[in-house]
Amino acid sequence: MNIHEYQAKQIFAQYGVPTPKGIMAESVDDAVKAAEELGGPIWVVKAQIHAGGRGLGGGVKLAKSIDEVRTLADEILGMTLVTHQTGPEGKLVQKLYIEDGADIKDEFYLGIVLDRAKEMPVIMASTEGGMEIEKVAEETPEKIIKVAVDPTIGFQGFHGRELVFGLGITDKDEQRKFIKFASNLFQIYMDKDVELIEINPLIRTGAGDFLALDGKMGFDDSALGRHKDIEAMRDESEEDADEKEAAQYGLSYISLDGEIGCMVNGAGLAMGTMDTINYVGGTPANFLDVGGKATAETVAKGFEIILKNPKVKAIFVNIFGGIVRCDRIANGILEATKMVDVKVPVIVRLDGTNAPEAAEILKNAKIDNVIAATDLLDGATKSVEAAKGVK
Amino acid sequence: MSILVNKDTKVIVQGFTGKEGSFHAEQCIAYGTNIVGGVTPNKGGQEHLGKPVFNTVAQAVQATDATVSMIFVPPAFVGDAVMEAADAGIELAVIITEGAPVKDMMYAKMYATKKGMKTIGPNCPGIITAQECKIGIMPGNIFKKGNVGLISKSGTLTYEGANQVCNEGFGITTAVGIGGDPIIGLSYLQLLPMFEADEETEAIVMIGEIGGDLEIQAAKYIKENITKPVVAFIAGQTAPKGKRMGHAGAIVSGGAGTAKEKMEALEAAGVKVVVSPAEIGKAVKEVLSK
Repeated sequence: MNIHEYQAKQIFAQYGVPTPKGIMAESVDDAVKAAEELGGPIWVVKAQIHAGGRGLGGGVKLAKSIDEVRTLADEILGMTLVTHQTGPEGKLVQKLYIEDGADIKDEFYLGIVLDRAKEMPVIMASTEGGMEIEKVAEETPEKIIKVAVDPTIGFQGFHGRELVFGLGITDKDEQRKFIKFASNLFQIYMDKDVELIEINPLIRTGAGDFLALDGKMGFDDSALGRHKDIEAMRDESEEDADEKEAAQYGLSYISLDGEIGCMVNGAGLAMGTMDTINYVGGTPANFLDVGGKATAETVAKGFEIILKNPKVKAIFVNIFGGIVRCDRIANGILEATKMVDVKVPVIVRLDGTNAPEAAEILKNAKIDNVIAATDLLDGATKSVEAAKGVK
Repeated sequence: MSILVNKDTKVIVQGFTGKEGSFHAEQCIAYGTNIVGGVTPNKGGQEHLGKPVFNTVAQAVQATDATVSMIFVPPAFVGDAVMEAADAGIELAVIITEGAPVKDMMYAKMYATKKGMKTIGPNCPGIITAQECKIGIMPGNIFKKGNVGLISKSGTLTYEGANQVCNEGFGITTAVGIGGDPIIGLSYLQLLPMFEADEETEAIVMIGEIGGDLEIQAAKYIKENITKPVVAFIAGQTAPKGKRMGHAGAIVSGGAGTAKEKMEALEAAGVKVVVSPAEIGKAVKEVLSK
């Protein structure tokens, strides 16, 4: 789960990670009130959406008067912001963050993620703040310092020294401030089951202070149960409606660009099914894992969600029954055709536990647009062929 | 022969009396797995599925000499359960549960390593030595005894791969579902040498997916150390960047961990890489008839 910048900064404040002062606003009037409260003389009006690249997309602007705050708030609030992370459809701006302008001397990057190879958190820092870090990693990887921290010992002084010397911070007072900053940020990462924290840019002011000018945070979904405070920060309007609806029924769904809807059990086989459709010349319309507890209701829901996409010309149901018994899936498909009006061809491949019983159930049902397939390749091929026949 | 587990392996089940634990333990017993008992706190002294129940893993190990534990406890308690198993001297913990917090697994794996306990999973179908010992949730009937070792991040692709291998007239020595989480136990790097050393295994199938770099590490290792033929499939060639494809670890982040780079690395290491999982059986036939 991701949160907004203003929420990340609330957490930063709890842990003593310094940020400029700011106030969230959901209307132009509130934005003006916030600006008056902050006092100026310079404000930054920032769109709050769950995506990076807001500045380049026109979602972050500087204001030098209260009037300008009003004009900018009016302009940004309600706009559809398109950045390299939103996709071409962009994201509607529903919240603003009005922040004190800062005296920027230098811009750094600071982030913490899990290093999957070392199996411990790694702090990443760079003097190339304000740029896309992926680009820095690609073009000038030597400009990113990586310090892995064994969580059993926690953030120690030497970790901090590796960071400040690596970044070329030489003033002793500044070194102390930066190490404190990084140490507090690491504590947030550990305490809150964070998946990713990124501050880009982290600035050094003319007075030699370090401030988090931005804040991006994502959390381990599996750990949200023990963080009610974080769970309360969920902004459902930022999440894909179909993915969210699917999740309520225990389905894992991701929409794609193609024509063949997929319903599969298991994430690996679901990806393998998409790859196979691609391999035989078709295009997958979605990723859909029905999970281990598929019932008639969840399968029907799966059809419903797949069919919301008007591009879908055929549906390939590919089930290898281990935990999910094939006869149950077969019954689910039959139930689903009663509950949802499925007009496109449905290609069904059921293998594994109780596959013969499932084949029998489907055969006896005698439904016109249900086509049986013998294996994965056969199913993918028949799906691609069936999709060609659908206008 | 086989790797890690066989018909003599003594297995306990943590989360023995729960719904999932009961269902799958019963299936394992029916398959022939030597399940010697289980652990559920506050149910010690009872009998379940004809086996003794203990309050702690330490008590279970003392009474049964079990060396392997199959873990079905709910996600929030997985870390605790793994550490308890390690502390009690279990040699291998097979963690089936899906949805354990990453931080818990990070600590649990560090402690397991310190105690010399191997782990498989979490979020995996488990391990099976064909027609001898099933420790997990896979449909046992599709794994016929044979000469192919299988390592897979995905449960259903394990079944798909094994089924194709068997349909081509071959069979499986041992199949290991290693799981698709960001932090997992035994992986390609530890399992490949075991299959290389196993006399009955003549070919190895490895099934990977997008995210992380375990497959890249495996490619390097295969190039230098593995003499047996390897067939590989990497799931997620058509997966969009930055999207988590079901498994917590299956995500292409910042352009790294793509199927393409993994497939190229494996091919360069002399591995027979297939583009669709539908080709696994045929590819195994091809490498074994050379």
